[in-house]
Amino acid sequence: MALQLFDGKGTPLEHQRFTWRELVQKPISKLDDDAFTRVRIILMNGIESEAVRFQHLAARMSAPLRESLARIRRIEHHQETQVNWLLGADHSPLETTIGYEQVAVEVTAAIARTEPDPYVAQALRFAMLEDFDHLYRYSALMDRLTGMDPNNILQCYTDILPGRPTSVEHRSPENDLCEPWDKVKVQPLTKLHTLTLVSGEQQTHDYYMHYGPSFADPVARQVYAEIASIEEQHVTHYESLLDPSLSLLEQWLLHEANEAYNYYGCVQQESNPRIKAIWERMLDYEIGHFHHVAELLKHHEGRDPQEIFPDPLPDPFPYASNRDFVRKVLVDEVSMRKNGTRFVPLAEESQASIDYREHMSSQGSPTEIVACDYRWLPGTELNRKAAGF
Amino acid sequence: MVESTQIAMKNRTGLQMSPTQSKELLETLKGVEGIAAPLSGDGHALAEMRSAYCAEADPLGTMPAPTSLKGVAKNGAKMLTGKRPQVLLDKLAERAAFERGGTRLYEGILVKLGSEARASADGIPEDLTETVLTQIRDQEAEHFRLVTECIEQLGGDPTAQTPSADLVGIESMGLIQTVSNPSTTLAQSLHAALAAELIDHDGWELLIKLAQEMGDSPMVSRFNDALREEGEHLRRVRSWYEQLTLTDGGVA
Repeated sequence: MALQLFDGKGTPLEHQRFTWRELVQKPISKLDDDAFTRVRIILMNGIESEAVRFQHLAARMSAPLRESLARIRRIEHHQETQVNWLLGADHSPLETTIGYEQVAVEVTAAIARTEPDPYVAQALRFAMLEDFDHLYRYSALMDRLTGMDPNNILQCYTDILPGRPTSVEHRSPENDLCEPWDKVKVQPLTKLHTLTLVSGEQQTHDYYMHYGPSFADPVARQVYAEIASIEEQHVTHYESLLDPSLSLLEQWLLHEANEAYNYYGCVQQESNPRIKAIWERMLDYEIGHFHHVAELLKHHEGRDPQEIFPDPLPDPFPYASNRDFVRKVLVDEVSMRKNGTRFVPLAEESQASIDYREHMSSQGSPTEIVACDYRWLPGTELNRKAAGF
Repeated sequence: MVESTQIAMKNRTGLQMSPTQSKELLETLKGVEGIAAPLSGDGHALAEMRSAYCAEADPLGTMPAPTSLKGVAKNGAKMLTGKRPQVLLDKLAERAAFERGGTRLYEGILVKLGSEARASADGIPEDLTETVLTQIRDQEAEHFRLVTECIEQLGGDPTAQTPSADLVGIESMGLIQTVSNPSTTLAQSLHAALAAELIDHDGWELLIKLAQEMGDSPMVSRFNDALREEGEHLRRVRSWYEQLTLTDGGVA
């Protein structure tokens, strides 16, 4: 059943509050909960983080909206806290990183499969193959630094194989830009897809920037530095798809709709009943935010929010393994590159990108070093003899 | 490079390095006029909050179901006699995780040895060589393969992360951080290895007791071999750590 944003009013803002005890709940089990429960937690943390970030930026540019922004942003922040704190402390930073890249691969793949705009779908597949490679490099790091098996986090849903090598993902900045869609012509689903990926990539970037220096191992520190740089590129990549002529209020309304849309997907598919109840509460809060912002749009811009979201939102993307799709894209598109905003064959890559990455890697490429001859095996590389390799 | 035990007047962490600032700071112990004193309390609230979370917490996770009929049949018989093969499986998985981590730990110590030996071989114990360290590392890897085989024999999944294996991952993080830090010395890294070997030694002793309870003589015999090797690891690492520390202290 599709989400009808205009059917109910959600929870009124004055009833949207928490206690500290509510914010810090029992975390999920790393061992017993489905990997996609962790995927949903990580994704929704990213979505809320983007909400807080956007609402701070908006406050710098609009005096009349500041009070509404402050009220809703406080709630978004607490929602983010409750969601992110569902990850238990037995998730090491590297294990969480593996979880983050699983989110990147599976959510991007799921979205790419249903994206109606061919150019945007290409942009999604392009970045997906890069995040897929990051998963491979971090898996090598986990195995070779700690002796742990990344598949304990992935639960067999996601392959661990090289993608488009991280070492060739470094592009000069102008080649990370994409052509923005037109807010009038584009379908609402494309807007939601774009914002979901901007959110995901930004939080991944921030996570690597935060935790990279917490590693003592110099190889780990360099690997995180290298991959964090690509995540910054990915934020630029997805963000540039957004139509820059969107008004502040329209952007805000789009954010709230996207939050509701993604929480709806979580509610529909969550296997853990305790966590599902959290998603339900969050969905009601977001619908409340949506209607508050819809009234602001009417008041300040004289626009009808139903012109922006004329129909019920489409079904959310499925939380399931996209293995066959990822393998096909890997075979078909791994050699693709960028030249300006165009996706091009290898031979047509911008020379500026080649020059840039040759300099950055002139003292070695950590992601090449960490994964040299790495092949994932059940129970880690140390099982190689037992596995007959 | 400044040795970590050298006096270089750079460590700023103690009160005595800040004679003026520390005097002013200590005034706060008597209270500062115009600034409210901290709320009084007996500190019980801290423990109470933690207890409340403990009371409602779920375990880290559960044991996976047996994967082979042969193992189930064997386990089933033991279940009927009141034995607990799941405990043995959990502890085997713990050992597997620890031995894998231990293998990586010794790979890190090999790097440290090479680096310090190139700088200066003075003070490095004679038997602390690349050959000996590699042998220990290889034995840890063999121990991992041994427990993996045993898990499979009992019908378990050797790739599963059990609750005890999960715990070992958390515990080992500090050991890995120590050894992989370029700023730590060979002696400091061996301190981490000493902690690992002490845990390892007791872990094998416990596995032997569990296997004895299960009545699995071949497994007990293989575990005793592993324990002998671990005993040698512990002896050597303890000796190296002591020698390096005493040398550094000008005692040896």
